[in-house]
Amino acid sequence: MSTRTPVRLRLRLRVDPVACDGYGFCAELLPERITLDEWGYPVIDGNPVGPELVELATRAAAECPRRAIHLERVAGDR
Amino acid sequence: MTTSTMYNVERLLHTGPGGPTDPGLADHVARHGPVVIPSSDDPAWADVLRAEVAASGLAGRGGGGFPAAAKWDAVLRSHRRPVVVVNAMEGEPASAKDRALLAWSPHLVLDGAELVAALAGARSVVVCVADDRDDSARATQRAIVERQRAGSARELSVRRPPARYVTGEESALVSWLEREDARPVLRIDKSVPLQVGRRPVLLHNAETLAQVALIARHGAAWFRQLGAEDAPGSTLVTVSGAVRTPGVVEVELGTPVDEIVLRCGPTGPMAGYLVGGYGGAWLAPELAGTPLAPTPLARAGATLGVGIVVALPVTSCGIAETARITRWMAGESAGQCGPCVYGLPAIAGDLEDLAAGRADAGVLGRIDDRCRTVFGRGACRHPDGVARMVRSALSVFAADAAAHAAGRACPGRHQASVMSFPAAPALTGGES
Ligand code: SF4
Ligand code: SF4
Repeated sequence: MSTRTPVRLRLRLRVDPVACDGYGFCAELLPERITLDEWGYPVIDGNPVGPELVELATRAAAECPRRAIHLERVAGDR
Repeated sequence: MTTSTMYNVERLLHTGPGGPTDPGLADHVARHGPVVIPSSDDPAWADVLRAEVAASGLAGRGGGGFPAAAKWDAVLRSHRRPVVVVNAMEGEPASAKDRALLAWSPHLVLDGAELVAALAGARSVVVCVADDRDDSARATQRAIVERQRAGSARELSVRRPPARYVTGEESALVSWLEREDARPVLRIDKSVPLQVGRRPVLLHNAETLAQVALIARHGAAWFRQLGAEDAPGSTLVTVSGAVRTPGVVEVELGTPVDEIVLRCGPTGPMAGYLVGGYGGAWLAPELAGTPLAPTPLARAGATLGVGIVVALPVTSCGIAETARITRWMAGESAGQCGPCVYGLPAIAGDLEDLAAGRADAGVLGRIDDRCRTVFGRGACRHPDGVARMVRSALSVFAADAAAHAAGRACPGRHQASVMSFPAAPALTGGES
């Protein structure tokens, strides 16, 4: 192992707007981070997903019928 | 070359006395001088050219404005030989610069493409010209034949993707080359190069490559004799709207917007200037002295885009023109992302109601909300550009917008549009 301070990995949600069909399941599963716009498409709060939400976020990603929700790992503390 | 002044820059295009020169190879070499393009890999030569272009500070002229040399790193790290793609799609209806370059100086573009190919070890160059631009395709093809006769070491070809606004977007263009599907692709990691036939793609705008061809000849210091420290060089600008001689002019970066318009013979006082393109921004007449360069334009809420200035006369209604542009841009959506597919027509409808004086009281707030809602939510930046352009219109034409929202339509909305949908302006421009 290196002696450098480990890079903090955070999770962030992202929607693939090409794949998304606007069914809105994701917003039901994770209203803390996902709301729907007036046309029914998800608006994602770009803040990191804290540990308390990881399970729900993973479920939202897994249960999107279009596989449009991605949980990305991002480096940094933001 | 030595007579260049702010008003008469002729690095890329020669429009002065006698008009444009013959676009053939002999005249090209006579005008610009020969350039060395190694026919096989030459790492020492490549390092020199790379350093020179990096030192020149050349920024991509296709709208993104990123340093041209920065694009090479990711591709050079790959083990496979890349393909050089020349983006001459020019989907912006108010732009004619790629067309002008290919008509008058196709060899400058091809020099740049072959130089970049030699630098990156690419064996083939693909020039993408929209399928409604037969003149450009013919000029390019003619130049390619001349180069092949002269012994070019690379495979040069012209491809004709569909003439749509978003086809020129990098991922859409590559997707079309790969599978004839000209729609943008969501790129999760932009440091991974796009691929065609499992080869990494090195894609540049036609003007960027023409600039590379000049830097290879004259060097970075020469390039920096024009422009500002953070925006060096000259650039092509397409001027249209209320001017007597619309067309493409070459200017030093940092030339004030109103001086560029002055060169094309403004027909009278202006209500505003659309800068950057249909996904650019409106500039108020008070800000017409803004230098045409990224930093000052950003301060004025605008962008350089692909070098477009449309002068709107005071007799026209800026809101009505914005509505027309938005409706057209909504129709140019690639139809894949909800916020773009539903959001842009909704904004266009709001603007049409506003211009006609038949909108409800909440219309201005709603347009602003919808612009914020669609921003950043497509796979490509199409909705972002529309949102920026529309929001700038509401600020530049704020008084008109308020009057229209109060039910007073203006007679200007019946004026013929000064925008192009989608025929491009003439090739020649500027008063000499
Ligand atoms: S669940 Fe998937 S398809 Fe449905 S709105 Fe959310 S992201 Fe789009
Ligand atoms: S944002 Fe619009 S233009 Fe871009 S890919 Fe999505 S639907 Fe197409």
